[in-house]
Amino acid sequence: MALEGASTDVRRAPSPEVPLGAEVRNETIAGPQANAGQAGGLEADRPTAPLATQGKPLEVAEFDVRTDEILVNMGPQHPSTHGVLRLVLRTDGEVVLEVTPHIGYLHRCAEKIGENVTARQWIPYTDRMDYLAGMNMNLGFALAVEKLLQIEVPEKGRHLRVLIAELNRIASHLVAAGTYGLDLGSFTPFMYCFRERERILDLFELVCGARLTYSYITVGGVTADLPPGWLQKCESFLDQFEPVIDELHVLLTSQAVFIRRTAGIGILPAETAIQYGCSGPVLRGSGVNWDLRRDGEPIYTRMYEGYRWEVIAQTDGRYPQDHPYPPVPKGAVLGDSWHRFYVRMLEVVQSVGLVRQAIEKYSRARGPVGEPIKQSQKLPKAEAYLETEAPKGQMGFLVVGDGTPVPRRCRARSSSFCNLSVLSELCRGCLVADVPAILGSLDIVLGEVDR
Amino acid sequence: MVDFLAQYLGSVWLAGTLWALVQVVLVLTVVMISVAFFTWLERKESARIQDRLGPTRVGGRFGWLQPVADGLKLLMKEDLIPAAADRVLFRAAPYVSFCAAFTVFVALPVASGWVALRLDAGVFFVLAVAGLEVLGVVLAGYASGSKWSLFGAMREAAQVVSYEVPLALSAVVPVMVAGSIDPVTIGDLQAGGFWNWLVFHDPFTFAAFFVYFTCAVASVNRAPFDLPEAESELVAGFMTEYSGFRWRVFFMAEYASMLAVSFLLVFLFLGAWHGPLPLVAGVYAVLGIPAGHPLAIFVAQLAGAGVFLVKGYLGVATMIWLRWTLPRLRIDQVMTMCLKYCLPLSAAMFLGAAVWLYAFPAGVTSRLLGPGAAATEAAGSPPAVAGRTALAEGER
Repeated sequence: MALEGASTDVRRAPSPEVPLGAEVRNETIAGPQANAGQAGGLEADRPTAPLATQGKPLEVAEFDVRTDEILVNMGPQHPSTHGVLRLVLRTDGEVVLEVTPHIGYLHRCAEKIGENVTARQWIPYTDRMDYLAGMNMNLGFALAVEKLLQIEVPEKGRHLRVLIAELNRIASHLVAAGTYGLDLGSFTPFMYCFRERERILDLFELVCGARLTYSYITVGGVTADLPPGWLQKCESFLDQFEPVIDELHVLLTSQAVFIRRTAGIGILPAETAIQYGCSGPVLRGSGVNWDLRRDGEPIYTRMYEGYRWEVIAQTDGRYPQDHPYPPVPKGAVLGDSWHRFYVRMLEVVQSVGLVRQAIEKYSRARGPVGEPIKQSQKLPKAEAYLETEAPKGQMGFLVVGDGTPVPRRCRARSSSFCNLSVLSELCRGCLVADVPAILGSLDIVLGEVDR
Repeated sequence: MVDFLAQYLGSVWLAGTLWALVQVVLVLTVVMISVAFFTWLERKESARIQDRLGPTRVGGRFGWLQPVADGLKLLMKEDLIPAAADRVLFRAAPYVSFCAAFTVFVALPVASGWVALRLDAGVFFVLAVAGLEVLGVVLAGYASGSKWSLFGAMREAAQVVSYEVPLALSAVVPVMVAGSIDPVTIGDLQAGGFWNWLVFHDPFTFAAFFVYFTCAVASVNRAPFDLPEAESELVAGFMTEYSGFRWRVFFMAEYASMLAVSFLLVFLFLGAWHGPLPLVAGVYAVLGIPAGHPLAIFVAQLAGAGVFLVKGYLGVATMIWLRWTLPRLRIDQVMTMCLKYCLPLSAAMFLGAAVWLYAFPAGVTSRLLGPGAAATEAAGSPPAVAGRTALAEGER
């Protein structure tokens, strides 16, 4: 599905942000607006009524006294823009009339650098895109290059990758949950989340020596097999971690103030989510049953073959019921901030299950975990595009080879970028306090938005 | 005391000034040390809640000297005044808040008879002066020349001024039950044991206690009502542009007003300086010490001041506990809470308590046990019941 009908000069390839995603999803979502994103007519297809007033009428309507509008810069130095994002708010008192995100403060020309280094040398740059889920970034790019080279990692290596990637998904979702609490003014869950994340980082440190930018999963396999005794440490982490999830549900998910701050706020209808190319928990929070681990390309979905798991998305008014966690509260509308948060929390449980299965399968598997390719490995004259399900959403990598070890073009399709683009749509007519509440529920990482 | 000093100084005016200075220094010291203690307590308590240790190095194992280190650090910092600020108001604002927050303690007795300035309308004075703190905050928000500060000031003006109403209304409930607006009288009425505390007087004062606490938290801008300085939304709200010592002054004002509303809570509902059980009186009775002896009174007052401080600190500790547990409400929810719940509820409690007083002028027990019981009780006990009976009779 890579760039069909694109211009011949691959360096000028159109940005695959929206069209690529929409093309795939048309198969599963029927509806008159499902094609809208493909046409690129985001403005034209925007619903006329402000989204905030869809579903449940908001209390915002009570503010009928109009005062002078002021423009406020939220960021790039602001506690809750999750990095160097700048939002220009046009406000009327406490009511936000318009939010315009300004990005690019963290742009590091990662894609251009990719045209000057070999494929394996670009792996550390992928770490720095979504730096909260470096392993998943590594995995996405490694798989894209493997797809280009048409090589496949042995079974044991695949299980190892699932194990590591899902562990990092837990870490990433923990940061999302913790900082979301922080955005809403609740500091304590943040510490609990980071405490658990530290334990995952300790495990990663044992694996590859790094705590944030791992470069562990690489093209052709991983840089080193797991150290002895690591699996037991991982299992004991999971054992102590599972009860902690309950604490987070007490402090956040089912907490009355939390529900009042998130339920019915920033409602993102499924059609709009698809139009904007949203993915990951943001898309699933809107009730779209779509997860690349199940619906992706074979080279990726083969990793998850034989695993028992279910895509976390509300279908027919209910979530998969294999968890003991609080039910959807009154006032929560499908696609609101609460559902996006809830999907992440359920995915943490799901990932714990996947990690346990991966530990078991990895221990039973025989043979090598895969050999990283050589730095001098030439890339064929072809191109490959692959999207994987990173914690934040669908992370796509395009690699174009020209017969040398250095790719002619490297391109990253960022999930955070697309998820962020829906922000101005969601924030129209909300209150100032809702802007962090909505932004936090989108869970963006600026390193990935700007690359 | 003024007369005593005047004998030596030869001038009533001089003696009065001297005595006033002594009292101000005493009150300031107690409150300042309390504030320093609260900054330490906030760190330690939040650390406990968050599975951390908090300060452990400064001043021994428990980080006792952390507030001193904090204060020194803030003194060293550069005092910035933004170019867009209104310089005079910007400088004045912290001191307006500071004065308002600290003046309150002048009228708050810490034990029976231990008060810097005994005012007949003490409760009213405390509520009125504490309400002045909002002026400093609004000034700061306006004078900073920053939009975030302005947002904070707007929120403060909307929130705190609104919450003053249910706060005062729920404070009036125990005042009405006690029949006095003088804190010393209200305190003396609650002697005996915790069953004489006004919070347990009737169901309406009990409910008014919670309404008061909610409104008190909201009116001192503590989480979950800390909207004027909501960190994740407004950077630091009205304090955004403040740094160094001026910031510290705001900070002290915030903690001082926490203590003030907490003290008032203790006065109005939780038995003021009386412990849950009349231990001092019991010890005196067992040992045969005459309770009227000046030394005995002094010891009782000392114990009362201790009890009072502990209760006030517990109130502040509860506020800290709330802050580190709850997420922040949104401005419309805060206003809804005030206008739709706290205000009608406090009005209903006021009405209910009035009806209760009319129905049971001498307390529930006397009505249930008959007039004989009321007589014995009024004779043997505590001034609380007697006072209320007298009040009820006075009303008729």
